[in-house]
Amino acid sequence: MSALPEVGPLLEQMANHLSRYLKERQIDDPAFVGIHTGGVWIAEALHQQVAPNAPMGTLDIAFYRDDFEQHGLPQRVRPSELPFTVDGRHLILVDDVLMTGRTIRAALNELFDYGRPASVTLVTLLDIEARQLPVRADILGASLALPAGQRVKLTGPSPLQLTLNAATH
Amino acid sequence: MTQMPQHLQLNHQGQLRHFLTIEGLSRELLTELLDTADSFLEVGERAVKKVPLLRGKTVCNVFFENSTRTRTTFELAAKRLSADVLNLNISTSSTSKGETLYDTLQNLEAMAADMFVVRHGDSGAAHFIAEHVCPDVAVINAGDGNHAHPTQAMLDMLTIRRHRGDFEKLSVAIVGDILHSRVARSNMQALKTLGCPDVRVIAPRTLLPDGIEQYGVRVFNDLRVGLRDVDVVIMLRLQRERMQSGLLPSEGEFYRLYGLTRETLALAKPDALVMHPGPINRGVEIESEVADGPQSVILKQVTYGIAVRMAVMSMAMTGQTTQRQHTQEAN
Amino acid sequence: MRLTIEGARVIDPASHFDQITDLHIAAGHIQAIGAAPEGFTANQVIDARGLIASPGLVDLNVSLREPGYSRKGSIDSETRAAAAGGVTSLCCPPDSRPVLDTSAVAELILDRSQASGHARVLPIGALTRNLEGEHLSELVALRDAGCVAFTQGLNPMGSNRILRRALEYAATFDVPIIFTPLDPSLAEGGMAHEGPTASRLGLIGIPESAETVALARDLLLIEQTGVRAHFSGLTSARAVDMLATAQARGLPVTADVAAYQLLLCDEDLNGFSSLLHVMPPLRSAADRRALREAVQSGVVQAIASHHRPHEPEVKRVPFAASAPGISSVEILLPLALTLVADGLLELPALLSRLTTGPAAALNLQAGQLTLGGAADLTLFDPAKACEIGRNWLSRGANCPFIGQGAPAAVTHTLCNGKLVYQAN
Repeated sequence: MSALPEVGPLLEQMANHLSRYLKERQIDDPAFVGIHTGGVWIAEALHQQVAPNAPMGTLDIAFYRDDFEQHGLPQRVRPSELPFTVDGRHLILVDDVLMTGRTIRAALNELFDYGRPASVTLVTLLDIEARQLPVRADILGASLALPAGQRVKLTGPSPLQLTLNAATH
Repeated sequence: MTQMPQHLQLNHQGQLRHFLTIEGLSRELLTELLDTADSFLEVGERAVKKVPLLRGKTVCNVFFENSTRTRTTFELAAKRLSADVLNLNISTSSTSKGETLYDTLQNLEAMAADMFVVRHGDSGAAHFIAEHVCPDVAVINAGDGNHAHPTQAMLDMLTIRRHRGDFEKLSVAIVGDILHSRVARSNMQALKTLGCPDVRVIAPRTLLPDGIEQYGVRVFNDLRVGLRDVDVVIMLRLQRERMQSGLLPSEGEFYRLYGLTRETLALAKPDALVMHPGPINRGVEIESEVADGPQSVILKQVTYGIAVRMAVMSMAMTGQTTQRQHTQEAN
Repeated sequence: MRLTIEGARVIDPASHFDQITDLHIAAGHIQAIGAAPEGFTANQVIDARGLIASPGLVDLNVSLREPGYSRKGSIDSETRAAAAGGVTSLCCPPDSRPVLDTSAVAELILDRSQASGHARVLPIGALTRNLEGEHLSELVALRDAGCVAFTQGLNPMGSNRILRRALEYAATFDVPIIFTPLDPSLAEGGMAHEGPTASRLGLIGIPESAETVALARDLLLIEQTGVRAHFSGLTSARAVDMLATAQARGLPVTADVAAYQLLLCDEDLNGFSSLLHVMPPLRSAADRRALREAVQSGVVQAIASHHRPHEPEVKRVPFAASAPGISSVEILLPLALTLVADGLLELPALLSRLTTGPAAALNLQAGQLTLGGAADLTLFDPAKACEIGRNWLSRGANCPFIGQGAPAAVTHTLCNGKLVYQAN
């Protein structure tokens, strides 16, 4: 039950990590993809620091969620926007909180409907150790175990801050 | 007594569960529909134009009136949502000899149809199906008699919004056979609900329905007056039968008085949109050069139609699912 | 069978009688009003305290659907429904199959109705053969076989000339003609009142002029030929206005309206319910108001059910594909009593519209309580509200009022001194 970390230092750390990671794999022309809404803020911050000339896209995974049967369409759906070709591209997929892994699964399905990427590197700010699928961040800000019934939320875009809420479902 | 449209179309949370008519739907709901359609438009620009939302669902297109164009856009929309599609083209003569509408649909429901898209020659047919035949299967009205064509209205609204923006600043004219047009009725309702302050209908008296003032529109019998400075012109198709039944003397006179030509279009704003629900009658209500011209968005309307229908289907499926859960929890 | 009805408020509109008293019935006739006759002992006594006793209702327009439409109804089922509605005398229109244009059909109907014994049936014959509007039926033969009047219903006559000659022939023998004015070409294809509601619902409208154009023609020919005339099922304010003007000029024309036309209007069509599809159509709220005022003033002296039972299949379709008609003979009294509850009419006046008014229109021996006269009576409890449709007798359940409350219910119906209906 640790206190919530500050986002700023985590982002610094992740940016360094990511730069090293990309250099090691000789990826010099990646494209960033942020998952609405928190993932987009994180992606923008990292994008600025790591590769400001790389293209940046946003993904709304509403149409790929696996809970349409239970909950239907969410209230607000935004168009996804990927202003680059996915075919043969190295993608950096960014989200704020990795929980069950279902969002990432949906995002991957959606990305592959755009084309065939050369690779997908997953970057998340937090992993709250509640995975239900075999999905793992390649670059992670911090790992955090939450007490039952608690969720963590990223607010922003400025300042970026983590807060705790009670779970709604 | 039977239910008013809004109670029939909406579930207990105010979500769409049937899409029968624009009447009774709020501005918020119509705006949500347009926003959702915008997202589906983006899907249409990808390599893989599918999303898995309705995977495993069966959508039945039950068309009692022939319409290749509308049926194929609904079929495309359902397939882009990954649904399985069943097409039933039932000409009215075979129904009168065989199964009733009631029995046909009940059989389809028994075959686990999740959604009906229905086009029928009788006004009120979609309501009838939603209320009396299969209340738990989402019913999408693809046009019922002269009454309503709500998906056409919404794709027309999407077209206007994408090309001209805020409804509250626009002047829109609907020209032609308003009397027999379900498109006109739905469009008038949609425009007023979305806040359009100046909706005009332009037609001779024989082609205007009684009590048209109830829609809050301005009536013009003179095209050259009615088109002045409008932002959008929606032309309606004129059918041959209208000449036979004494409503008009000839196509020629109609074209001279109400045809959209380069000359009459010039009376509207310089960049006014030219729209038509199709199929167009060249030389009857619209000049070829205008239909194919730079201000025409007639072909774009078709693309928007797919996105709008995807939005309608997903929202209606959502509404039915939520309703079903609510009923289950209540029991 | 000797029957005493004790303590009812007996209302006979024809004689302005309105008193709490006893009625003594034997051999199908009213033997005494008030004290029992010498040596009269009743087999049965009905405790009618708190009840109203009215002459049996006279309904001028009730489809029995026999011969020919057994899925919709039969003489037995529909006269039983009528008895439950307090109707003891009813006129059935000639649109059976075969059409009532021969005395054989008239005899069939009369035999069957006597055998069933629930109500008196007074058939209305077809003015022309097969109702086709071309050749005159044998009006005198039909009259002798029991027809009390003749009509074309909603079927047009082949021409104004054919109509004029038919009316002249009828006038020769003093047989009444019933008109339901509707110009076929103005009404063509229509199924609802031409107005804002029909426009919004995309239903083809029948303009008011379809009724008034035909009515004007009919009134002029009635005046020219001197035929006895009754208008059945008027729907518009303008028509009632034209009728009042003709009456004021001394033309002895009478009229009835359908009970449902006094309660419903085109605004009720908003849910597309096929139960509200009727012909002639429900018109505007303003028209309804005028019909109600005409009933109040007596310009329209009769209220009829216009009973049209149907099998479920022809109503379980979209509005535009449905068959027109409402099944309502068994709620004629409860529906009409809402006019009293609304303060439009006092009870005796309302009962007049259901008894002596209709009887006088066709010169029928019915609708009155007279000493020595036929014991056709309706007893009802004015204070007991009930739910419509709990024990529905008509073969046609096509009634939009089922499930609604009614201000009163018939408790007993006597026809010819026999108890033909008793509420549970």
